[in-house]
Amino acid sequence: MTSRRLLLVGGVAVLVLLVGWVLVLMLPGWIAPRQSSAAPATITAEPAAPERKIKARLFFVAADGSGLTGVEREVTYGADPSAQARAILEAQFAPAEPPAVTAIPAGTTVRGAFVANGEAYIDVSTDIVTGHPGGSLNEQLTVYTIVAAVLSNLPAVTGVQILVDGKEVDTLAGHVDLRQPLVKNPAWVQ
Amino acid sequence: MTVRHRALSPVRLAAIGLTLVVSLVTGLSGQAPLSLTLLSRDSRRSIPLTVINEQEMVALDELASIFQLSVREEAGAVTVTSRGRTVVLNPEQTIASVAGRMISLPTRPVRQGGRLLVPVDFISRAIGPITESRVDLRRASRLLIVGDLKVPRLTLVTEPLTNGHRLTIDAAPQTGSTISRDADHLMIRFEADALDVAIPALPPQPFVQAIRRVDAVTLAIDLGPRFSSYRSSTQSVDASTRLTLELLPAPADAPATGAPEVPAATPGAPAITAAPPVDLPTFGQPTVPIRTVTLDPGHGGADAGARGAGGLTEKSLTLAVARRAKAALEARLGLRVLLTRDDDREVPIDARTAVANNNKSDLLISLHANASFRPETAGAAILVAQFPDEGLARELLEPHRVPVFGGGLRDIELVLWNQAQIRYVDQSAVFGDALLQQLQPRIPLHARALDRVPLRVLASANMPAVLVELGFLSNSEQEARMGGGEFQGTVASAIVDAVLAFREYLRRAPEGER
Repeated sequence: MTSRRLLLVGGVAVLVLLVGWVLVLMLPGWIAPRQSSAAPATITAEPAAPERKIKARLFFVAADGSGLTGVEREVTYGADPSAQARAILEAQFAPAEPPAVTAIPAGTTVRGAFVANGEAYIDVSTDIVTGHPGGSLNEQLTVYTIVAAVLSNLPAVTGVQILVDGKEVDTLAGHVDLRQPLVKNPAWVQ
Repeated sequence: MTVRHRALSPVRLAAIGLTLVVSLVTGLSGQAPLSLTLLSRDSRRSIPLTVINEQEMVALDELASIFQLSVREEAGAVTVTSRGRTVVLNPEQTIASVAGRMISLPTRPVRQGGRLLVPVDFISRAIGPITESRVDLRRASRLLIVGDLKVPRLTLVTEPLTNGHRLTIDAAPQTGSTISRDADHLMIRFEADALDVAIPALPPQPFVQAIRRVDAVTLAIDLGPRFSSYRSSTQSVDASTRLTLELLPAPADAPATGAPEVPAATPGAPAITAAPPVDLPTFGQPTVPIRTVTLDPGHGGADAGARGAGGLTEKSLTLAVARRAKAALEARLGLRVLLTRDDDREVPIDARTAVANNNKSDLLISLHANASFRPETAGAAILVAQFPDEGLARELLEPHRVPVFGGGLRDIELVLWNQAQIRYVDQSAVFGDALLQQLQPRIPLHARALDRVPLRVLASANMPAVLVELGFLSNSEQEARMGGGEFQGTVASAIVDAVLAFREYLRRAPEGER
């Protein structure tokens, strides 16, 4: 065996060892983050990172009952406008802490939020209809709570279309026309 | 002979006193007992009504004797039978089985003084089907028409002219009529079995002293001192016949306008002219700016709307006010007034606007009651339609010049059907302001007493239209007040006065500004 052949065999052996090292030791490390998102149990041993928050204006019924008052609150950060709209409305739909009074009927949840071309489509549960106490003033307060919460916090959005249970509706309680996106109405915010 | 006077005991004295007080109060109030007038081929009779929780009720035994029904009660259910068909109703429920089909009633039957009272709608919804009779219940005029009778609804509008007086009578369905002169009266006889008419109160005027009903199918006009002759014409307008009658002075009394002389009608002879006179209103261009008003009592049926803590519902309050306003508008202004619902039923929003549009109404007033998340909020408000893209829609109202087949250009207007109200928003605001002025001294107003809101029911209204919030049912004090007849009558009067003011505004406004 010549020294040249020995050098070739040695090189092949080193290459095999290198590939084996990559497959056995490095590759699990590279794919570990994907596995942790799919199976959270695998990272329970590590401390959870603090949830990122942003400040947003939420709206509640004014003291005289004739408009809305904006209040600054911390809400969960959303990675994109749709996720942010959803996070803001989930905070808005949470039960109000006294003395604040919310215009959102109890039990109403956000089914989905989608932002495209400057308009936000907000899909809410039917509780907003079945639990609504009626009256055009209440209905306007409910509608403009949603509109103001989205438009005040997402400047790129100019119109809000409210959907109920995934469908377009005429009104929530027989008064306010919801067949097309509603725009900002400063008259409602005191 | 000895006459012994028995001393009256204190109990008897108290009873007599109470009876006198009740009689006095009843007499002073001047309110005749409420009743339904039954019209049939054979008879005309009155059926007493009882109002319970704002619902007009009628005794079932009374109906049994009229319609020859067999009524028996067992195991809590009441069975009404006619010609082998039955109605089964449970006094505890608002539904009934009519020949095997379920119907709903606006309220459940009520027992009172040993009698079972049922809502008047029971007559048309249950008795009509089992007796196989044509039953037409007209709640507004409290008429019950049984059988194949022709009873047209008449709407009278009187209008003083510069030199004369015009009377317009719309008869629906289409009905022919004959006019004859009898001394100081003009008699208008309709080709009908009876008339459904509310004659407006009319102060004596130079040409017309009064209008009254002579018999079941004839109206009489008592003529005034300046009357000399008359002329008339008839036109078909949709499903109704419009009779226009002009009362004229003597030729010497008339100003020299160069108008053709009108021959006086021969007394006693029919005087329907062969051709319409030259100065009668042209069809489609009425000279009276407001002839028809549609009142929309909000909500109804399963949709009760807002509800007060005391139990008053928006649907019942709006219906009660609408009925009062209709009666007042018909009686005081002689207008044709339509209701989008006259009982407790659910009406889709588009159907409400369609009633106003399809009947060519000149004004739409939607009646509602408000509610607030803050119980102390109070006051009435008037809302006018608002559109999110109003600027763009108004631009579309500007005529667009387009080429037409065969050459040339033509101006067209592009208006979306669901934005028809945009054209009338300014007039709606004028009427809203007129109503505000009338309500202000009479009832409390909300901080946003006149506001613009994107309201569904007004968006496609093709005429001036407003939504009136009467007050807040969430405010217990307001709820108690709104449930009373005094409040409802006050609002009805304010609506009449506002319509009157708006009519004057339209008369004065130049054509282009209307």
